[in-house]
Amino acid sequence: MEVFVEAFAYATENMGELWNALLRHLLLVATALGVGVAVCVPLGVWTARSRFASATFINLFNTLRVIPSLAILFLALPYFGLSFESAAIALTILALPPILINTDAAFRNINPAVREAARGMGMGGLDTFWQVEFPLALPVILAGIRTSLVEVIASATLAAFIGAGGLGDFIVLGSQLRNEAILLVGAIPVAIMAVLAEVGMSSLQKALEVPA
Amino acid sequence: MGNIELINVSKQFPGAPRPAVRDCSLDVEQGSFVVLLGPSGCGKTTLLKMVNRLYEPTGGQILINGADIREIKVTTLRQRIGYVIQQTGLFPHMTVAQNVAVVPRLLGWERDRIDARIDELLRLIKLAPEEYRNRYPSQLSGGQQQRVGLARALAGDPEVMLMDEPFGAIDAITRTSLQDEMLRLQRQLKKTILFVTHDVEEALRLADKIVVMDFGSIVQYDTPFHILTNPANAFVHNLVGADDTVRRLSLLQVDMVMSRTPADYAHNGHPTIAANDNLRNALSVLLRTGAVSLTVLQDAQPVGVLTLDDIRSNAGTNNVAAIEKGHAV
Repeated sequence: MEVFVEAFAYATENMGELWNALLRHLLLVATALGVGVAVCVPLGVWTARSRFASATFINLFNTLRVIPSLAILFLALPYFGLSFESAAIALTILALPPILINTDAAFRNINPAVREAARGMGMGGLDTFWQVEFPLALPVILAGIRTSLVEVIASATLAAFIGAGGLGDFIVLGSQLRNEAILLVGAIPVAIMAVLAEVGMSSLQKALEVPA
Repeated sequence: MGNIELINVSKQFPGAPRPAVRDCSLDVEQGSFVVLLGPSGCGKTTLLKMVNRLYEPTGGQILINGADIREIKVTTLRQRIGYVIQQTGLFPHMTVAQNVAVVPRLLGWERDRIDARIDELLRLIKLAPEEYRNRYPSQLSGGQQQRVGLARALAGDPEVMLMDEPFGAIDAITRTSLQDEMLRLQRQLKKTILFVTHDVEEALRLADKIVVMDFGSIVQYDTPFHILTNPANAFVHNLVGADDTVRRLSLLQVDMVMSRTPADYAHNGHPTIAANDNLRNALSVLLRTGAVSLTVLQDAQPVGVLTLDDIRSNAGTNNVAAIEKGHAV
């Protein structure tokens, strides 16, 4: 219990730094996720239609996923240095596969009868996509985004190892000083963010799901 | 208006060993209910889907109201043709009202007109608008979903309806009631309908005319009674069960064969049957009740008497003229 009191005291004393680290952390998460969504949702729409695209990109992204984030972080160093960019790249690579795989599956699993009905009633390609396919795929795409989001929130702590900031700074500092209280100042907000993201995205997903 | 003409239509899918549809010509009169019947793989669905250009023919020509359908913009053509499929294809994320509104919205109707049309159609298919408007397809039974699919196809008031095994995935009891519903609607709306099925009973029940298909070709195009009594070849004979006397009875109407009621006829508690019912049902009532004769009712008034002899003497009839008059009622 005492360690939490200490952590709270440390947090209030270093409110400015904590706030900055939190913003930095969120910025890393937002960048990685934003790029992930912008790249993978359109890509997933394509891979769901093309056998070639699906074989190429899904395998490529799955391969990337096997490489540990920390390794990617250090691989990016020679090119981007100890920077926000290096961390953002590593996190983006982590964020890509779940979004791509879910988007691909979401469009692939749309009942062909529904697609045929849309065409047969005289909907054009764009109408079919925006009025029928996309709304039906959305909950599954969101599930992919949720997985990515939670992974990225937790992994963004690694950015501190290359000096890119974020809440990981407190965790690194705490472990170097063998001070659990400082470590918790970083770890607790990360855990809370991850839980909030999980809960928030789940309810959004539920709200958009087709009623059963 | 609503006349469909197929002229030497063929469809060869790339890589297929033989054409799915081969040199089919067919004239579907406006307001008639034409059923495409045949075993799976006979080309009936392919033929149907060429009419709304889900498939493009590789040979021949299709005309609607005399106009080549290739000259019409494909989305415009489809918006003018009602389309109903087996799995209903209802959009699961849209309510019943939104599903029905799809084509009117594509046609650019005003909001008020669409709302009025939704209610009108839901009443037509016997689903109370207040109760069903805002339900989702998953909250409906299979039969109700298929009714909504029908309402959706009727929404833009098309002259032509294409129906691809609409009742194929539905249990037997519901299917019969949907068929009754379909006949009632058709009497009221007089659409030109092309209806695909592999169910012979369904074809005999619904069709004004049946197109029997086999291996991509039209084998026979005729009225149900003609097809049963004069099958074009052994294939048609076997497919429709032309030897099946009971099946033939289902195409004969009670008032075609009954005797007129004598003036002094006393009802005497005989079982009753409606004048427009068929002989198959009449036979069933006779067998079930053990009665000697049935009183035929029209508008709740006795108009005739039907005995087992009446049925027997007509079971083998080829009196086509009399029968077809009956079927058309």
